[in-house]
Amino acid sequence: MVSAVKATQGAVVFDLAVQPLRELNQFLHGDLTSIKTVAVENPDGAHSIAVGLNAPVQVDIKGHAGYYAAGMNQEATVVVHGNAGPGCAENMMSGRVEVKGFASGGAGASAHGGLLVIHGDAGLRCGISLKGGTIVVGGDVGSFSAFMAQAGTMVVCGDAGDGLGDSLYEAVIYVRGEVKSLGADARLEPMSAADLATVKQLLADAGLAHAASEFKRIASAKTLYHWNADSNQTY
Amino acid sequence: MCGIVGLLLKNKAMRPRLGELMVPMLIGMTERGPDSSGMAVFGEPVIDSRRKISLYCGDAGFNWRHVEGALLEFFGDAQFEVKANHCIVTSKAKPDDIRRWVARHHPTVHVLSVGRSIDLYKDVGLPSEVAARYAFQNFSGTHLVGHTRMATESAVTPANAHPYTAGEDWCLVHNGSLANPNSIRRMLEKKGIQFESDCDTEGACRYLHWRLDQGESLETALEHAFEDFDGFFTFLMGTEDKLALVRDPFACKPAVVAETDDYVAIASEFHSLAHLPGVKHANIFEPKPSEVYSWSVQ
Repeated sequence: MVSAVKATQGAVVFDLAVQPLRELNQFLHGDLTSIKTVAVENPDGAHSIAVGLNAPVQVDIKGHAGYYAAGMNQEATVVVHGNAGPGCAENMMSGRVEVKGFASGGAGASAHGGLLVIHGDAGLRCGISLKGGTIVVGGDVGSFSAFMAQAGTMVVCGDAGDGLGDSLYEAVIYVRGEVKSLGADARLEPMSAADLATVKQLLADAGLAHAASEFKRIASAKTLYHWNADSNQTY
Repeated sequence: MCGIVGLLLKNKAMRPRLGELMVPMLIGMTERGPDSSGMAVFGEPVIDSRRKISLYCGDAGFNWRHVEGALLEFFGDAQFEVKANHCIVTSKAKPDDIRRWVARHHPTVHVLSVGRSIDLYKDVGLPSEVAARYAFQNFSGTHLVGHTRMATESAVTPANAHPYTAGEDWCLVHNGSLANPNSIRRMLEKKGIQFESDCDTEGACRYLHWRLDQGESLETALEHAFEDFDGFFTFLMGTEDKLALVRDPFACKPAVVAETDDYVAIASEFHSLAHLPGVKHANIFEPKPSEVYSWSVQ
């Protein structure tokens, strides 16, 4: 079934112009012990490229990816050499996903672990319901990002849209640019030495050259942690 | 779910290839909308004293010659271009007179569009089937607005397919759904505006046209729409010389734009743009929510 695959010295090339996506994903779900890199040519916006990986392989998507690229990733490094559609690296568990262009809505949604780096802008709802993963965005993030983010870290080098960090739990957001508006229960907090060290490390991991001192910290005010019968539903 | 596609050719030399470039865009959106599709094509306008009227009949065996003969006799001037279930009439007769005549004498024939520039085709079936039925690949012109439909709120019928039109040289396609189309409809019906289908999108199309008709700019009309429409939408709109695109404030439905010196191409997903010449070097971006984007034919 993988007869069209050219494997030399652990490097494999799939061309989605001639090979079905399912063939690529089934190959990536197989035994990859002798495989180091997989290149995906002509992705042309196909959905669900390199989803559900569970091995320390590097996948290079040589173009633009459609919905759900690198979703549910574990251990693998997936690089989109272009833009990614909605739901990129959704529910990532570990590993690294890197988008060289922009990512559409819901990038890194519900990620439990791993690092998602988006060099361009991220659309709306980036890191929604983040559960422990790390997201570094080189550009701006759209509205409602980090909504109900429970754990993990988000670093935004550009601006953030409306409702940033609405109903945050324990996740922490660092923003370098302007925040159009904070969501309910999200608040600005002072940057500690530990925050500066975290941002510095994550920028280095992502390969982005900004000073950690330019970032501000946003975290939960924790006023929503307990039901307040006297609040009159004002939040 | 639905798919939208739009293409505006800046490069005049490419205009004879409008249909050929568009068909893969439309077929690329099959998974988003397999049940119906449609296309509004804008080309060189006919002279001001004439209008083009796109007619559709659901009966595949319909004999257009009867319509042609009777229309010629009644109005004394008309040219016809028949493709399958579809006929474009070009005439100096008043469009409303032709509309009334058609409704009276051929109640199974529907007016899809009226204008100096617009031709409109829509029908049920896979995008590839609809494109082949009406030879979409042969279209030439300056710009077009296309749609593939996956019905969610009204039946799969040709009348409920997109694009929708109102007035002259105005059309709209929609990905999304409105929760209050009936309120919009009742409000417009009180003003004497008539509806032809039960699709939510027709409300949006007629609402925006009604506002434009009052002299509002498209930007102002859409500002009002953000207040008055309850629901999700990416709208792509066409006029005789313009394409316009807007996404709802929550950007619930996708859209991507690729622009080069030769063209502006719009689709729900990049998948439909991947075949376009020079797309690898195009300026590709995702339209921001609540922002009105428009491109004019030069």
